[in-house]
Amino acid sequence: MKEEILFTIDAPYRPALPVRGWRFGSPEGRDLAVMGALRGNEIQQMYVCGRLIQALQTAESEGALSPDCGILVVPCANQFSMNVGRRFWAADNTDINRMFPGYDQGETTQRIAARLFGALQGYRWGVHLTSFYLPGDHLPHVRMMDTGYQQVEEAAAFGLPYILVRSPQAYDTTTLNYNWQIWNTQAFSLYSTSTECADDEAARLAVEAILRFLAVKGLLQRPYFPAAGQPRILRENALHTVLSHAGGLMLNRRAPGDRVEAGELLGEIIDPCTCRSLEQLRADCRGRVFFCHRAQLINGHEVAFRLLPE
Amino acid sequence: MVQEVVRLPLAVDEELAVRKNRLGGGGKRLCVVTGTHGDELEGQYVVWRLNRLLREQPQHWKGTVDIYPAMNPLGISTMTRGIPLCDLDMNRTFPGNENGSMSEYIAARLVADMQGADAVIDIHASNIFLREIPQVRINVNTAARLVPMARHLNMDLIWVHAAATVLESTLAHSLNALDTPTLVVEMGVGNRLTRAWGDQLIQGILSLMASMGMWTGPVPQVRDPIVSSDGHVSFVNSPCPGILIPAVEHGTVVHRGEELGLVADPLTGEILQRLPSPADGLLFTLREYPVVYEGSLIARILGADTEKGEDEA
Repeated sequence: MKEEILFTIDAPYRPALPVRGWRFGSPEGRDLAVMGALRGNEIQQMYVCGRLIQALQTAESEGALSPDCGILVVPCANQFSMNVGRRFWAADNTDINRMFPGYDQGETTQRIAARLFGALQGYRWGVHLTSFYLPGDHLPHVRMMDTGYQQVEEAAAFGLPYILVRSPQAYDTTTLNYNWQIWNTQAFSLYSTSTECADDEAARLAVEAILRFLAVKGLLQRPYFPAAGQPRILRENALHTVLSHAGGLMLNRRAPGDRVEAGELLGEIIDPCTCRSLEQLRADCRGRVFFCHRAQLINGHEVAFRLLPE
Repeated sequence: MVQEVVRLPLAVDEELAVRKNRLGGGGKRLCVVTGTHGDELEGQYVVWRLNRLLREQPQHWKGTVDIYPAMNPLGISTMTRGIPLCDLDMNRTFPGNENGSMSEYIAARLVADMQGADAVIDIHASNIFLREIPQVRINVNTAARLVPMARHLNMDLIWVHAAATVLESTLAHSLNALDTPTLVVEMGVGNRLTRAWGDQLIQGILSLMASMGMWTGPVPQVRDPIVSSDGHVSFVNSPCPGILIPAVEHGTVVHRGEELGLVADPLTGEILQRLPSPADGLLFTLREYPVVYEGSLIARILGADTEKGEDEA
């Protein structure tokens, strides 16, 4: 293992902020790059990277890691925002994950994206541990952009039960995932359950998925738990969305992964001042809960649940 | 008549309503839109003034004028650029989605409401960091249709910029793609009103309405704007963090090598960098907010080789 400072970010009134990477295997190898937190609230994504670094260090010290492989793990590129409790770049509220591939003569976050992309580019596979734009929890899954370059079957190596393929919108074209794909890295966004809280069990699953990927690709000589059957590959628009109509305090009755029947109660929205029931959110199909809104308060016309029909 | 375009319940004893004021009725329709970014307030003066002017002079106009002062009412009310809670840039959510989340739904309703108008003016005010001279920004792909319309708006500059995929999620792109001609005005600076520029735009709106046959009163004389493309614009970004101390006035002509300002270190009193102008030309953008980082945009200069009145459509 070799720890290195990939680049530093200079800021007025604060010391220079290092963006650190941990390399495993051969320094010349370019097999897998793993990116953690690009946003200041991505605690879980950083935590997963930290645990992955520990696991890879152990594997390397035991000789289980292929000596020719090249792995880079970058847990965090935005302590500037994380340390002051802000989600986006705290100086101008821009999102680094909307700045790729970056521009080295551009504005601050464009330059950060350019330097980061310079460090992350050229790998055969890229994993971005990312968060969703809506507050909520997901069933762990791998997500790929439909750029025309994606090889969806590669994602099966993670052993997660679901692979979701998303048709990119205009605003997706400046994400890390999209640009990795365009620049010849097979890119996967790995969604852990939570974002703002470190979740041990979800982190264990995510680390295990990445180690399994390495093992399947022959980079890690170690038996790993086999995946639970063939993953289900689905387009994002196959998910059923359950929208709220009322605003209020949301009480979840079901969690990601729960199997539900059509008509079954998923959650309830109550008047936060009187606890009067305003709306019962029910499943519109038989399936599994894929996403649920986490914030306690919910407005009308928000995505309360997403269901995976079965 | 004040109408609601969309109304949704918020979590605790409140509703979010995006409202417009419909003046007149029938005939051609002009939409004047502002308040997409909650920290851009220049348009508030413009639509207030336009409301009053049209109300006071009903004999001088015909058709329908829809005024949308606050596309993002929660943002304006809380001095937040994006949409509070989800922190999304509203101008990256268009054309929206009727079946999507709240922000996508609102975007979809707004687009549906404006679609089919004969012209839309989308007024922005830069952000809290940069001050802009009055200008219209037009995607090169729509320049042929929009530059002739933009000439009426009495702005100092028409900036025809390159297309970028990410900009396809703006209101203007979405409406233009729906054959609803939409002009983006940028002027002033965030969190401020600049009355003179607001009055300048009001004259331009009347001129545009006259060209559409909607304004029958005396037609204001409008200035001949500079029309430029990306190739004529030079950018100055800060090479290091520090405090920007400008040495020039916004909106003036500067010369290559002339010092635009310096980046200073308040802790040591050092001058960290002097910032020379990379070109002769009009300083149409100047940083207003003094704290800078490496890469912070300091200035944009319109090259002197751009001819006044040159039409690049």
